Amino acid sequence: MDSVPVNGVLRSRLIETTIMALEYDGGVVIGADSRTTTGAYIANRVTDKLTPIHDRIFCCRSGSAADTQAIADVVTYQLGFHSIELDEPPLVETAANLFRASCYRYREELTAGILVAGWDRRKGGQVYCVPIGGMLVRQPVSVGGSGSSYIYGFMDSNYKPNMTKDQCLELTAAAVSLAMERDGSSGGVVRLASISKDGVERRVILGNQLPKYSTH
Amino acid sequence: MALSNVLHAPAAGFNFDHAARNAELEGLFDAQIPKPVKTGTTIAGVVFKDGVVLGADTRATSSEIVADKMCSKIHYIAPNIYCCGAGTAADTEKTTELLSSNLTIFSLNSGRNPRVVMAVNILQEMLYRYHGQIGASLILGGVDCAGNHLYTVGPYGSVNTMPYLAMGSGDLAALGILEDGYKPDLELDKAKELVRAAIHAGVMNDLASGNNIDICVLTREGVDHIRPYQVSQYKDKRKTKYKYGAGTTAVLTEKVVPVKLEVVEETVQRMDTA
Repeated sequence: MDSVPVNGVLRSRLIETTIMALEYDGGVVIGADSRTTTGAYIANRVTDKLTPIHDRIFCCRSGSAADTQAIADVVTYQLGFHSIELDEPPLVETAANLFRASCYRYREELTAGILVAGWDRRKGGQVYCVPIGGMLVRQPVSVGGSGSSYIYGFMDSNYKPNMTKDQCLELTAAAVSLAMERDGSSGGVVRLASISKDGVERRVILGNQLPKYSTH
Repeated sequence: MALSNVLHAPAAGFNFDHAARNAELEGLFDAQIPKPVKTGTTIAGVVFKDGVVLGADTRATSSEIVADKMCSKIHYIAPNIYCCGAGTAADTEKTTELLSSNLTIFSLNSGRNPRVVMAVNILQEMLYRYHGQIGASLILGGVDCAGNHLYTVGPYGSVNTMPYLAMGSGDLAALGILEDGYKPDLELDKAKELVRAAIHAGVMNDLASGNNIDICVLTREGVDHIRPYQVSQYKDKRKTKYKYGAGTTAVLTEKVVPVKLEVVEETVQRMDTA
């Protein structure tokens, strides 16, 4: 992502990122790195890119920090209102569609790649991918951000359907660590969350606790 | 003629109507387009045990000239919230004034001090709406019923929260000091010293930051805005007085021309003082 100065200020505070989400039977696991860059400077080395949208729905943000924060705020409001009107917890598909509606309508102005993941009573754990441009597609496992390029192979060979929650957490931690190792724009700590019927569990894997993959 | 004396009140709020025209004109004339005064700053904030300490340098630059040697970059937002501003001086000044007005209205309506998150949300919405046209990078710090808070809002509307922050052109120098010296739950003197050292690093290593250092301590008990906290040791003494008293210049003739104003329109607005 380029950084063109406008008004002497760098174009956007871009989250160059690695984000990931996977479904398992009974919920979803999401993970992200924690680096926000402005050009070559790391503006925030402990960013939280896993943003709650509702009690059992999260989104993973990549792209422009300002744009994704603004969209997430708008969708949080819309979904909250919708949920009150319905008097029941909202569907993950609804949240994903709200993201898509904003991302597609303003596609020329926005730089936002978002993974929407959560649990609802109707379809269980679901992951929806809303990349730049505003497409919407449901996938059992999805990666995003600049670091994702480095782990497609790892994901394709290591993801198997019907994994347990702990296997998913391990896989996510491993994948994000590998991406952080190779992608200069990803780094910091690994933030993980698992969402299921029983609630949300969040954890952080600090730099010195990351799985080690160096060959030397 | 008569119409040229009619006063048109300017429309409220920011006006970027000429932004496109100015961009077009930029290459056409030989004359330099006047550059806005930038604060070229070092600002920093640290959350400590009992509250928040904010610090800033006091130099405002207009390209290579120091436009203001004692510029105030720590702006009042609310009795419990202060904001440091980096970027374009006018933008940070007016944005923080606008925020302060909004929060004052809230306080008067609700009878309580505003929360720091409210200030952050208002700033974020406004800066995002203007898509970076308002060149303001702000560090907001405050104490409210939910605890001690420190946030940074970027010119495009991105918000970050951390226990210690630095912004402005001297931010890398300041952040080095903060990364090395910060510990959770610092005592007041250590926190003040850490912020002072951070701003001092910016002052020493960044040309656009300098002169004195201001500190603002916010706690539940109140606010201590120390201006200046540290005076620059590089002040020069003026060799002579430059103020000229009345009568220095001889007045040869005096001509008074009254300006005739024509009443064009009169409206009466009744105030409801019941």
